[in-house]
Amino acid sequence: MIKDGVISFFLKAYLVVLFIFVFAPIIASVIFSFNSDRFPTIPLGSFSLEWYKLIINDPDIAKAAITSIIVAISSSILATFIGFCTAYSDYRYDFRFKGPYLALALLPPTVPLIIMALAMLAWLSKFGLSGSVLSIVLAHTVLCTPFAMAIIRLRLSQMDTSLEAAAWNLGASEWSAMREIVVPFARPAIISSLCLTAAVSFDEFAVAWFVSGLNKTIPVVILEIVQGNIDPRVNAIGTFVFLTSMTLVIIAQVIFMKNQNKGAVSG
Amino acid sequence: MVNPDRPLVQFKNVVKRFGNFVALKSTDLDIHEGEFVALMGPSGCGKTTTLRLLAGLEKPSEGEITLGGKLMNDVKAHERETPLVWQSLALFPFMNARENVEFGLKMRGFNADVRREKAIDWLERLGMEEFIERDVSQLSGGQRQRVALARALVTEPKILLLDEPLSALDAHLVIRMQGVLSKLQRELGITFVYVTHSQSEAFAMADRVVIMGDGEVMQIGTAREIYRTPKNRFVAEFVGRNNIISGTVTSAHTDTLIVNTACGDFTVSKPDDLVFKQNDPITFSVSADLVTIDVDRPETDNVVQCNLISEEFVGSVVTLFLEAADGTELKVQVQEKELQKINPKADIPYYISWPTLSAHVLDANLPG
Repeated sequence: MIKDGVISFFLKAYLVVLFIFVFAPIIASVIFSFNSDRFPTIPLGSFSLEWYKLIINDPDIAKAAITSIIVAISSSILATFIGFCTAYSDYRYDFRFKGPYLALALLPPTVPLIIMALAMLAWLSKFGLSGSVLSIVLAHTVLCTPFAMAIIRLRLSQMDTSLEAAAWNLGASEWSAMREIVVPFARPAIISSLCLTAAVSFDEFAVAWFVSGLNKTIPVVILEIVQGNIDPRVNAIGTFVFLTSMTLVIIAQVIFMKNQNKGAVSG
Repeated sequence: MVNPDRPLVQFKNVVKRFGNFVALKSTDLDIHEGEFVALMGPSGCGKTTTLRLLAGLEKPSEGEITLGGKLMNDVKAHERETPLVWQSLALFPFMNARENVEFGLKMRGFNADVRREKAIDWLERLGMEEFIERDVSQLSGGQRQRVALARALVTEPKILLLDEPLSALDAHLVIRMQGVLSKLQRELGITFVYVTHSQSEAFAMADRVVIMGDGEVMQIGTAREIYRTPKNRFVAEFVGRNNIISGTVTSAHTDTLIVNTACGDFTVSKPDDLVFKQNDPITFSVSADLVTIDVDRPETDNVVQCNLISEEFVGSVVTLFLEAADGTELKVQVQEKELQKINPKADIPYYISWPTLSAHVLDANLPG
């Protein structure tokens, strides 16, 4: 009993240390974003919204934010659509080379980002797309699709295989059954996937930096600012990016957890 | 309009193959209007395949399926009026009871008011008035069953297909739902095709029972016909507790045959439809509940001396398992209250016997 108590104490302590390790730099960044001092030093200066005012009034940053949002929305929709189609083809059909097909669909996250970024740049420039917003959208769609597919595939795997056939049996054509049964069943996963892939795209730096040209996204702008000097504006942008991403991820998680068991086959 | 001689459903030489596996061998089957037909057999016998073929969820590899005289081979599932009650029920989990029932009407383009009215009517008819707006996840097994039934029946089909719909229910609910189904079928006067592996369900409800095995129809008949006069060894083994004894015909008389077997000589009635000559091999069955057990050798025909091996007590009826001198296994079913008379614990020889009329000759050839 005592031994269990000791183990339990150390496990809890370990968890606390782990979270401090992960979140301390981010929290520090958030705190310094409200600090009036030019340099991140302790003791802190006074509370200030100066850096936030500066970034809001900076047209470059505003433009980057809009680009980032457009890219995140477009690529999350594209990735979720392609991910859904892939997951559905896996759920519904059995075919030769299904194993390699799935492995290929899940491959992009395993390719080193720099390699992916260079390849994208070379490939997209062949079509005269390099430097355009569309090129970032396409590149991020490639990166995000595997996540979308994995999330939706997990949800579809909980669907009673007779559910779709039951819809046909009641007079629904294949398209109606897709619209009325499969999509509504997968809806929580689709929403989660939209949020999660938007977050991935919003945070992504390497690929965006290579293919973006003049249409910079937020992470690209951050890097450009820090390259010059230590600028507290970065803390303010970082806080904004962090909050956006965390909100999306939390929404995704909550929706998915809530629906995890609902609708799963039960007796 | 409807020709009463013409069956509602006809299978003509229907074959279904999945790759190299033959799920249904050349099958002929007629199902009439207003009939309650049960397809019964062990798993993998082709009964569910037959049902899915009828619903258009599978396409026959060969042969013709007609429904109401119309060839159905190429009619898509959603263009048929063959609603199915699924083994898993397959209720749509993100809809409430009423929305589930409305689904078929919605797909047929009925407007929202009509849909709602009909759905509520059917749910009320099945005793679900309190649960109309309830999420299906909050319903009990029996209530979900009723939603599934209402959903299938709301489009007023001529035929209802049921695929082991009661298999997930508790025993007492099964009996209750059997009552609901029988009553519903009589009131509606439509055809029910009911797939099950449960003999009690099939025998309790069906007008006709189709016994299937190994992808083919083994016997079609009323519950009583199948129980008392199984056609072949498969049916005799699958249905009830039958003693199956094989031997050779030693002599044929006007109405009877004398059969020599490893456990003795027996007299059996000559079957109407099969011809046996001297020295022909023959197999007959005797239902365990038509066999009598005694401690003293009775002065009748068809007596076997044997030893008691074990007994199976299931309530009012007890099955005794015995073994003859040559190793033939025999079964006797007796009422529990009569069991004391023979004191089954004692290690003494028993005599089991049956009247000649109780022995039923089996067809050695399987169909097909």
